[in-house]
Amino acid sequence: MIALKDIRNAIGIGLWFMFLTFPLLVIKVNPVEKTVIWRWNNMLLIGAASFVAYLVSHIILRRRDARQKRIRQGSEQITTQSNLLFLKTPKFLLALSCTGLLFALVFPALFSTYQINIMITALMYVVLGLGLNIVVGVAGLLNLGYVAFYAVGAYTYALLHLHFGLGFWAALPIGGLLSALFGILLGFPVLRLRGDYLAIVTLGFGEIIRLILENWNDFSKGPSGISNIPRPGFFGLEMSLETAIIYLYYLMICMVLFTIFVVNRLQNSRIGRAWFALREDEIACQAMGIDKTRTKLTAFALGATWAGMAGVFFAAKTTFINPASFTFLESAIILCIVVLGGMGSIVGVIVGAFVLILVPEYLRVFADYRMLAFGVVLVVMMLLRPQGIVANVRRTYTHKP
Amino acid sequence: MPPSTLPLLNVSGLTMDFGGIRALDHLDLQVQSGEIVALIGPNGAGKTTFFNCLTGLYTPTSGDLKLNPPGRPEMRLNDLKPNQITEQGLARTFQNIRLFANMTVLENVMIGRHCRTKAQIFGAIFRTHQTVREEQAIVEASRAILEKMGLTSQADEFAGNLPYGAQRRLEIARALATEPILLLLDEPAAGMNQHETKELSHLILAIRQEGLSILLIEHDMKLVMSLSDHIFVMDYGRKIAEGRPEEVRNNLLVIKAYLGEDFIHA
Ligand SMILES: Nc1ncnc2c1ncn2[C@@H]1O[C@H](COP(=O)(O)OP(=O)(O)OP(=O)(O)O)[C@@H](O)[C@H]1O
Ligand SMILES: [Mg+2]
Repeated sequence: MIALKDIRNAIGIGLWFMFLTFPLLVIKVNPVEKTVIWRWNNMLLIGAASFVAYLVSHIILRRRDARQKRIRQGSEQITTQSNLLFLKTPKFLLALSCTGLLFALVFPALFSTYQINIMITALMYVVLGLGLNIVVGVAGLLNLGYVAFYAVGAYTYALLHLHFGLGFWAALPIGGLLSALFGILLGFPVLRLRGDYLAIVTLGFGEIIRLILENWNDFSKGPSGISNIPRPGFFGLEMSLETAIIYLYYLMICMVLFTIFVVNRLQNSRIGRAWFALREDEIACQAMGIDKTRTKLTAFALGATWAGMAGVFFAAKTTFINPASFTFLESAIILCIVVLGGMGSIVGVIVGAFVLILVPEYLRVFADYRMLAFGVVLVVMMLLRPQGIVANVRRTYTHKP
Repeated sequence: MPPSTLPLLNVSGLTMDFGGIRALDHLDLQVQSGEIVALIGPNGAGKTTFFNCLTGLYTPTSGDLKLNPPGRPEMRLNDLKPNQITEQGLARTFQNIRLFANMTVLENVMIGRHCRTKAQIFGAIFRTHQTVREEQAIVEASRAILEKMGLTSQADEFAGNLPYGAQRRLEIARALATEPILLLLDEPAAGMNQHETKELSHLILAIRQEGLSILLIEHDMKLVMSLSDHIFVMDYGRKIAEGRPEEVRNNLLVIKAYLGEDFIHA
């Protein structure tokens, strides 16, 4: 099973990881006492762990490849669909979503304000993930500047409130529309680009928006940001901080449900099919009579809309925004949600958002190694399940003669 | 000249340069309404390039592509985008199969209906009466086409999982869903066994029966000779011969172009 060559590779990997993590895990500088502590046992641990991890992952991957080969040769049936089939029966799904919804509804009664705040953040990322999913997962357009639309939404609310005293409910649709407009604005120049090139340009777009916000002081108040943004009101009722947060939580739940509803309908429509086709094969797509320009622009615009609305929620939640909240890291996290959850799958993206936002939150016990552990989780995930947590399942159409 | 004798497709002086390579050299070609026309020639002759120019994927260097759709004025296809050309009634298949592999067979055909339907964002979100009806019509029409192509039993499978011959048929099904008046087939029999090829030839004849014209690129000489009303022969981007099958069969230039190739036993 394990050849000498694998052992050699594993040793190589172990050494490489020891080298990579050397500055982080071995050297510890105490700047006060001006001493350096060398933690050599950490190095050994990393070496041993990566050695074992390599061998294990190697065996698992090889088994899977062998199985896939057998399937291709026809000596084994494809069972990946069927062994989890009960998960896809409507009854199970209905029960699951009812339980989920019930839990969501009683959540504020059970947990602290701190937990509710985390949950609101997670729900915001669900909306962001579902929006980006339209662009990346469904239409296959790799967008690394998605955070720009988030920023547009947040600043729309902040500035409209600052200058015109507009409230949350007026800002929400305006933020969405304005982001959609920016989506189209970005869409036009990148129509001809695909893959890596598209990724680079959208990345640049995200940075441009952030830099504008950072440097155009008269417009956006620069790095110091805008504060005193009101939380959503309830018919002018005065609310305590706690109630306001709980109220925001329920609004966020509604927002998520609304997003799921709309995104689901869009994906299962003529437009949604065109997006999928565009992802699959751009040339065939055009040859089948689909207007590439239009389809791409609608994907950009409709994806951006959700980011804009999530941005308005973000501004309302934190009551203070500045450009530092809209860095590339945000785009990367949202992209991770989509890829990890499963490109094109709504359930997948929801699960992905919870995993990616909640896991680092609860990994805080690991303190310094939080992000390291998080990275390991991601790499392992992608190795074992490259198609994401929930693979995209195509809809079937029952025949009604 | 009475309008009925105008060719459905009229290609004149079509030239396509790739840098220094002239892939098409002043090509003239006509397809009459209701005909099955074959385009043959050795590998690299420029047949696929011709299809790509015709369907708007390449912009020809010079020359004219004109379509005379029945009951409508003449259309110049040169400056149209690929999807507009499909709307005008040209639909194609690809030599190197280009199905939407991760969509179901039925969905592949439903994509073909895209340019003949019109539900927009509003209709999609609110599922208006109109949209629901249109979706049903799309599914029904697509199922009917699958039925005709003998793919009904695989309707819900991923297109990428189909056997080769079925994938070729699905490509035709998808093209038919766009309601073409001229169907362009790029080596539809490639990789098919004898039995499948025979079925394919029945299919093509059945499609012609429905009033479609067909332009066919094919290396299988038996198929070409038995199906075609008219054959064009290309070599090095140029038309070297044309005529009815028996004329082409005995044409010296054609024999010369194919000499050394082992599929001339037709
Ligand atoms: N995009 C392109 N860029 C450069 N050269 C090209 C391009 N497409 C085709 N060619 C060249 O044009 C010539 C004709 O190619 P084409 O694919 O049209 O041949 P074909 O007749 O379809 O051959 P086959 O029977 O093998 O399919 C070839 O020399 C090819 O290398
Ligand atoms: Mg070819």
